[in-house]
Amino acid sequence: MAKIKGAIVVDINGCKGCELCITACPTEVIFLSDDVNVKGYHYAYMANPDVCTGCSNCAIICPDGVITVYRKKIS
Amino acid sequence: MAENAITTKELIKKENLVYQKTKLLTDDVMHYCPGCGHGTTHRLIAEIIEEMGIQSEIIGVAPVGCSVLMYNYMNIDMQEAAHGRAPAVATGIKRLLPEKYVFTYQGDGDLAAIGTAETIHACNRGENITIIFINNGIYGMTGGQMAPTTLVGMKSSTTPYGREVSQMGNPIKMTDLVANLPGTYFVSRQSVHTPGNVRKTKKAIRKAFEYQALNKGTCFVEVVSNCPSGWKMTPLESNKWLAENMLPFYPLGDMKVPEQ
Ligand SMILES: Cc1ncc(C[n+]2csc(CCOP(=O)(O)OP(=O)(O)O)c2C)c(N)n1
Ligand code: SF4
Ligand code: SF4
Ligand code: SF4
Ligand SMILES: [Mg+2]
Repeated sequence: MAKIKGAIVVDINGCKGCELCITACPTEVIFLSDDVNVKGYHYAYMANPDVCTGCSNCAIICPDGVITVYRKKIS
Repeated sequence: MAENAITTKELIKKENLVYQKTKLLTDDVMHYCPGCGHGTTHRLIAEIIEEMGIQSEIIGVAPVGCSVLMYNYMNIDMQEAAHGRAPAVATGIKRLLPEKYVFTYQGDGDLAAIGTAETIHACNRGENITIIFINNGIYGMTGGQMAPTTLVGMKSSTTPYGREVSQMGNPIKMTDLVANLPGTYFVSRQSVHTPGNVRKTKKAIRKAFEYQALNKGTCFVEVVSNCPSGWKMTPLESNKWLAENMLPFYPLGDMKVPEQ
């Protein structure tokens, strides 16, 4: 069966830790880091990479456009 | 190798790229507060301009308000206008350069308070411009004062107990108003608080740009947005509050569409 796998890359120092991507993600991939970035914000990261489908919801809701999305069909 | 055994590192390759920040936004970090819908709406406008391939054919007019520095973030020609005067400035630009796409980007304080006259008359004259109206129900930039769009009962720094009609009058629905003017061609109200709404807003703004080429009148898109700082909420709380309070009074959808 074909399976879709995705991955995101967050521009850590551009993230403002608003958490909008976290609730936008249907598969609970994203969490905020314990660390802070150069601006002092906890930043978004892929905590559960295995369940990312590359749907881009997180990137579309991000006000700062700091999420890049990759997606591949694995047969 | 097992079926699902593809690592994140293997996925992150150019050929698998499906979404990245458009080059039509500059590398400047936007000064907006975390979670503010201004950033999302800027990005949508930039993506549409890129997809339509009109980067050198479009001129934007920035307002006074939180988005006063919009021209720093958009990789296009832009002009700053005095508070509320963006539709008048856009009128001048469009009449001199009718082959260009011209749009304004304005907050509710800018468009619905100090600039009410400019808004209504540009729409009534049917200027062939596109107006993008960011309605967060408050003067975000200056410290969260009441705007004409502030909801009844909504708290702001100048209505700490909530807006009261007997003292402060009723909130105004500018989008309903301009939809009733003969000069408007396409009028829509959208929001950017969920991924689905962001996608719909993108479609509406794209239409509002495309229709401009027909020279049939003003295209107007309201984006109901949040102001986490002015509303004194977290970004997530503000979007929930928007859905529960702003949307019943400012319902979403197209209000005027071209006759088929
Ligand atoms: C002529 C003039 N009057 C008043 C102001 C003060 N002022 C700056 S921004 C603003 C209101 C901004 O509110 P809005 O348009 O809703 O933008 P937001 O910040 O909420 O996006 C006001 C009253 C000004 N800059 N110029
Ligand atoms: S691309 Fe979709 S599944 Fe992957 S993190 Fe973003 S929202 Fe979640
Ligand atoms: S939506 Fe963007 S800015 Fe907000 S937490 Fe997610 S990555 Fe960071
Ligand atoms: S004050 Fe409000 S409108 Fe202005 S940037 Fe902050 S959240 Fe956005
Ligand atoms: Mg406002």
